[in-house]
Amino acid sequence: MLELKNICFSVRENGKTKDILKNINLKIEDDKFLVVTGPNGSGKSTLAKVIMGINKPTSGEIIFNGKDITKLSVTERAKLGISFAFQQPVKFKGITVKQMISLAAGKEISVVDACKYLSDVGLCARDYIDRDIDGSLSGGELKRIEIATIVARESELAVFDEPEAGIDLWSFNSLIKTFKNLKDKYQCGFMIISHQERILDIADEIVVLSAGEVKTKGTKQKVLSHLSEIYSTCSKLDDEEVK
Amino acid sequence: MELTKIDKDLLKSIADLHDIPEGAYNIRKDGKLVSRNTSANIDIVTKTDKPGIDIFIKDGTKNESLHIPVIVAQAGLHDLVYNDFHIGKDCDVTIVAGCGIACGSEKDSGHDGVHSFFVKENSRVTYVEKHYATGDGTGKRVLNPITNVELSKNSYMKMETVQMGGVTYSVRETNAILEDAAVLEISEKIMTNADDYAETKFNVDLNGKDSSTHVVSRAVAKENSKQVYISTINGNNKCYGHTECDAIIMDNANIVAKPEITAKVADASLIHEAAIGKIAGDQLIKLQTLGLTKKQAEEEIIKGFLK
Ligand SMILES: Nc1ncnc2c1ncn2[C@@H]1O[C@H](COP(=O)(O)OP(=O)(O)OP(=O)(O)O)[C@@H](O)[C@H]1O
Ligand SMILES: [Mg+2]
Repeated sequence: MLELKNICFSVRENGKTKDILKNINLKIEDDKFLVVTGPNGSGKSTLAKVIMGINKPTSGEIIFNGKDITKLSVTERAKLGISFAFQQPVKFKGITVKQMISLAAGKEISVVDACKYLSDVGLCARDYIDRDIDGSLSGGELKRIEIATIVARESELAVFDEPEAGIDLWSFNSLIKTFKNLKDKYQCGFMIISHQERILDIADEIVVLSAGEVKTKGTKQKVLSHLSEIYSTCSKLDDEEVK
Repeated sequence: MELTKIDKDLLKSIADLHDIPEGAYNIRKDGKLVSRNTSANIDIVTKTDKPGIDIFIKDGTKNESLHIPVIVAQAGLHDLVYNDFHIGKDCDVTIVAGCGIACGSEKDSGHDGVHSFFVKENSRVTYVEKHYATGDGTGKRVLNPITNVELSKNSYMKMETVQMGGVTYSVRETNAILEDAAVLEISEKIMTNADDYAETKFNVDLNGKDSSTHVVSRAVAKENSKQVYISTINGNNKCYGHTECDAIIMDNANIVAKPEITAKVADASLIHEAAIGKIAGDQLIKLQTLGLTKKQAEEEIIKGFLK
């Protein structure tokens, strides 16, 4: 289980302090799907990066399985079983899909295993394993390979940042199946950042972030009514700005 | 002369050879011929006016290979050699050259190879050149290869050069002249460390109609090393030329990239690209999220980049 206690994250911009996360308190339980949603720019990716250790919180504590990991590096957190699928997958010159999955798995994997992970994310493995993870892959392909690297890891906590973005409908069903299989296999906790109704449907708990704060959390029914409220105030604000 | 264990290791590094190769070969060690084999289509003749060999490849020679490794193991030796490759019409051959230096003393060792290729019409040549230096001596390990290429009508040459650390000083010069519809592809991979200096000069004259060239360099400079990349492409006819230098800089290294393209006719289409930068931060972070340390992540990224 991962627990965030009073997490704040701010940056200095043009001599001013900008608060991006404001006093976040959350628990991500094992064997559960926690889905984080909220408007663009509300701080979802920043929150995921704080969990992975890419962003260091300005204040607050992160407790993972009873241990304070606030000061641990990205590598150390990865070794404890925290995984993170990027919203924008990183490209590499000269690293192939098979190599990347091997790095993720922590050992040289066989072609058969590589194929298994790739078919889990709806890719025909043979066409992909020897390709470089570079700009020659389409956005959706990169995104699925990113997800496959997380599937290949033995995660205790898997964080996915908008896994559905750019993925077509057929793959979407298998994506959800993949998440469920992963959960059954490792009983790991999930934090999935998403705007997709069908991902909200599998959530054990939904957290709504807005302007860096947890606006509401709970089951889908409870949260949905709040959601429309949040999005409508946002769009009202936008309308006013336009005027 | 027998090959020692060190010689064999060097051969493996520069020519992927585990022992004496198949096909035609000429193995040179410390300025002398060790072993030679010719084939029905490939003849090798020792030059009489200067050190080196003439290689004659008959018209229509297909799917044959030629290995010409050079080993410098004797301290203080600076070997100089002229190798001329006369490649006939309609050939398809692979030539593997390479120089391995094992330097175990305080004396400098080196090799300067001047390789000239005369490729006749419709032939295809793959030329692989690897440079490798090893040894714990303090002496400098110096390599200055010069490659001259003349590509006749419709011929094709692919040149791959690799230099992976250990070479203290190298100035590489490649000059090429292309006739109608000739194609030259050059791929250079180079890594320098310690106080190494490596300079590369490519000079390609696209003289023929519809001739084309791609010159691609991938470089990594570490520690206090310095690299200079100069590539000059002259478009003298309707042609296509592309030069690209992609370099990763680390530590206190220093890299200069000077691509120069000159179009002398309106139908010449020439492109140059050069990018120097450190390893992208998000690449390091991505690999760290998979459990690699920063150092391991750097190694993986460089390994892939120079693959
Ligand atoms: N290092 C930074 N410096 C300045 N501003 C930042 C930094 N990181 C994030 N921000 C800002 O913080 C806010 C939250 O960004 P974040 O990427 O977490 O949003 P998000 O909820 O993931 O949005 P989206 O739905 O578009 O992915 C944005 O306004 C962003 O511009
Ligand atoms: Mg985001």
